[in-house]
Formats: sequence, C-alpha cells, structure tokens
Amino acid sequence: MSEVKFSKEHEWIKLDGDTATIGITQHATEMLGDIVFVELPEIGSSVAKDGNAGVVESTKAASDIYTPVSGEIIENNQSIVDDPAKVNSDPENEAWFFKLKITNKSEMDSLMNKEEYEKFSKESGN
Amino acid sequence: MDNKITALNSLHKKYGAKLVSFAGYEMPIQYSKGIIEEHKSTRENAGIFDVSHMGQLFIKGASSLAEDLEKIFPVELKSCKLNQSKYSFLMNDEAGIHDDLIITKVVDGFNIVLNAACKHSDFKLLKELLGDKYEMNLSEELSLIAIQGPKAVKILEKIIYGVSELKFMNGNSFNYLDESIYITRSGYTGEDGFEISMKNKHAELFTEKLINEGANLIGLGARDTLRLEAGLCLYGHDMDINKSPIEASLKWAISKNRIISGGFIGFEKIKSQIENGISKVRVGIKPEGRIIARENTVIFSEDNKNIGKITSGTFGPSIQVPIAMGYIENSFSKIDTKIFLEVRGKKYPASVSNLPFYKKSYVKGVNK
Repeated sequence: MSEVKFSKEHEWIKLDGDTATIGITQHATEMLGDIVFVELPEIGSSVAKDGNAGVVESTKAASDIYTPVSGEIIENNQSIVDDPAKVNSDPENEAWFFKLKITNKSEMDSLMNKEEYEKFSKESGN
Repeated sequence: MDNKITALNSLHKKYGAKLVSFAGYEMPIQYSKGIIEEHKSTRENAGIFDVSHMGQLFIKGASSLAEDLEKIFPVELKSCKLNQSKYSFLMNDEAGIHDDLIITKVVDGFNIVLNAACKHSDFKLLKELLGDKYEMNLSEELSLIAIQGPKAVKILEKIIYGVSELKFMNGNSFNYLDESIYITRSGYTGEDGFEISMKNKHAELFTEKLINEGANLIGLGARDTLRLEAGLCLYGHDMDINKSPIEASLKWAISKNRIISGGFIGFEKIKSQIENGISKVRVGIKPEGRIIARENTVIFSEDNKNIGKITSGTFGPSIQVPIAMGYIENSFSKIDTKIFLEVRGKKYPASVSNLPFYKKSYVKGVNK
C-alpha cells in the first residue's frame, strides 16, 4: 500500500492498487467543528479531480467535499452518514468517506505528503 | 474596522476560545470542547455566556417616563412593578422591528437591554423620540454575564446570596465586593438562568468564580443552537425591519390592553394585521431525516409552489434532529403541514412544527 497523500482542500487519500480511499483530515475536522451531517457521492458515479464529492455540515455551516483524484465511486461509508460524529472522533481511519477506482494515477503526483501537508496547514492557517 | 473587546476577552483566550467578529466585537464562537458539548453542558449543568456586547441602556426619569415609553413600546409600563422585566420591541410606523429588547423597571427609571448590532441606532432613535427630557446612558462601563441551565441557581447562589429568591423575569440589586450589581432571572436558552450586570473591572474574577463552581463557558455557536431549540428569534435573522411582531408570531409579547388602547408606534399596522390577517408568518420547521436547512433555504408546497424562506436552521444537539424556523404563507402554517426544503438543488420533505422544539421537563425534587 502506498503512502497517504493530502490535498490543499484537506482531504487525505490512500491508494491500494487501483482503489483509492478518501477522507478528510484531522485538521479539517478541527476547523469545521462538530459534524452533524454527511452526504456522500453515489456508488457508480464518476467524479473528476478537484470536483464536488459530497458535503459535510457542522453545527455552524455546510462545506463541500472535493475529490483529490478522478475516478468511479465504488464504495461509500454509510456509517458516517448514520453517525456523523464519527468523523470528529476518527477522521483519518474509520471515518473514511468513499472509495473510488482511480482513472489516472499520475494525479497522485501533485498531492502533498504528510510532512508537506502539515507545513501547508500550519502556514495557510486554515 | 477594529473590533471592540469585552472585559472577558483575555479570559476567553485563556479557555481556548475561537474568536470571531460579531456585531463589531471580538467574541467567542466556541471554546475547546466544541458547540455540541457546550450546548449539552448548558442543558444538563450550567453555561456562562459573555453577553457584554449587548447594549445596557439606562433612562432616568420620574412618572412621566413610563407614560412616554408607552408611546414607543407595546407593553404596559405605567403599571410595571419595580424590578419587573418585560420583553418588547422597538418598531417603526409600519410595525417593522428595529430591535427586540428586555425592559426592566428600576428605582430611578428603566433599563433596556438591546442587541449589540442595533444598540447605537436604537439609542439614536430613542433619543429622537424622547428628546432631552430624560437622562440616557448607553453604558460602556458595565459587563453583562449570563448563567443558564438547571444548576445556574445553585452555582450563582453560592456567590451571590439571595438570587434564588428572584422570580422569572424579575430582577434586583445585590451586593458584590461592596458594590451594587443588578441581576435579573432571565435568559435566551430555554433554561432557568440569570443575567448579571456588573462593572467591567469585576467581570473576569466573577466569571472565574462561576467556573470554579462548575459552570462552563459557552460561545455564540451553542448560544444559537440553544435559542433555536427553544424556538426563540434571533434579530437580523428571524425578525427584522421588514417583519412585524404579528408576522414573527410574537403577538404574546404585546400586552392585551395595549392592543385595545393603542398609542404606541406601529399600532395601526398591528391592529390592521390582527383584524385583516397576514400573508406570511414565522413557524417552526422540522426536516425529515438529517438534512439541515440553513438561512435562505426556499420552502416549497407539495404542489411545488414557492411558499417561503428559512430564517434559521441548524442541528438540535439536545433533540438530535435538524430544526429550523422560517416565514411561510399563512395558509401553509398549520402544524404538521407537509412542505419541501430546497437544499443544494434537491427538495427534501419537512413539516411545520410546534415551537419550542425543546421543552424543559422539570423533575420534582431535583432543584433542592
């Protein structure tokens, strides 16, 4: 399994063969606050890199979720739809958002590694 | 423009507040535990709210003051007892609401608590209406701290002896550090609680005492979910200059005698709305499922007609479902009427609901 990569929109992505698992980062959940609603992309739908792929709502506001790579959705995590608070408690493991079949692995190249992401999220202050 | 700060600003920071700009002040939206924890701790224990950004207006005057204020506000003030508080509004001639407020009869006049965003324009307007007849002071020296929740009374009583004797919507002066402070039994969360007006210089230590007795600091975020569960309006959202108290379902706050006798600003419009009806009215709305309908969400009828707009919407942490309020065409305002809410281009089913969403269930023997 490859290393975890990160996007500027605060998503994490883990690639296993052609299958990418995508979720939002701990840092993102800290910015969002308590998550009370999750909407995920439908299985079988196609999503394009940096395109809309779901919504999370905190007690304060709604935020779009973007996919860091293009592909076809093959699985979504219903357990976070039923219990959105899971996203706050374990965002980078159990509370993954969706899995997709990646269409272009080179899209991974522009993403950040953990160290770069930590620097990015600290510097951007968001 | 630089934000003002309240006397509790450094205390907010000390307790991990996320600060935001609100009505010209730097205020805490939440502390380190987050909105849901803060919300629940207010419902189960006691929460402390810094509401010092709100306006505390004092108008001094003899008996003619009550009479003159009755020409402005739709409540009975001549017969108002000493230390009694009343909820009211400042309206224009068309009964549009400039602000909602709490007015309390005090020894030498009245004090009025105003919304932060409106306080300076309210002051100007009231000054114009009352002229130079009375001494008016919008205090900069006073903080306003609220403590709300089932344990508020026990906690505050430990610091200020005698507050437990106060009745709801009544106030009194108390001694604190050899100074007189003013406390009312009131609040905006649907819980029992108090609002304490004291000099800025005492506010921080006093708040630390409340924390030491077990109350938690609560930010604007949980204040919003608490008041919305309690079905209470937020000025600038659920009411504004384009809505009347009748449309805002706040007729209960206009005293019955004043509806008959009139003589206050906006009376003609209020009277005509009561007699002839209104086209839109504020209602509670419960979405089905977990979808959250935020402010400005459009409301549709079952036959797809645009019938109104959401003015406040969130997730209710104590009732574990999404809740909203909005203005809807009167013919759709009956409880349980099925409606649809358009969120991100999709229509979701919802129904018109009773308010409040959250009702306090008092357990006998608990408040010993």
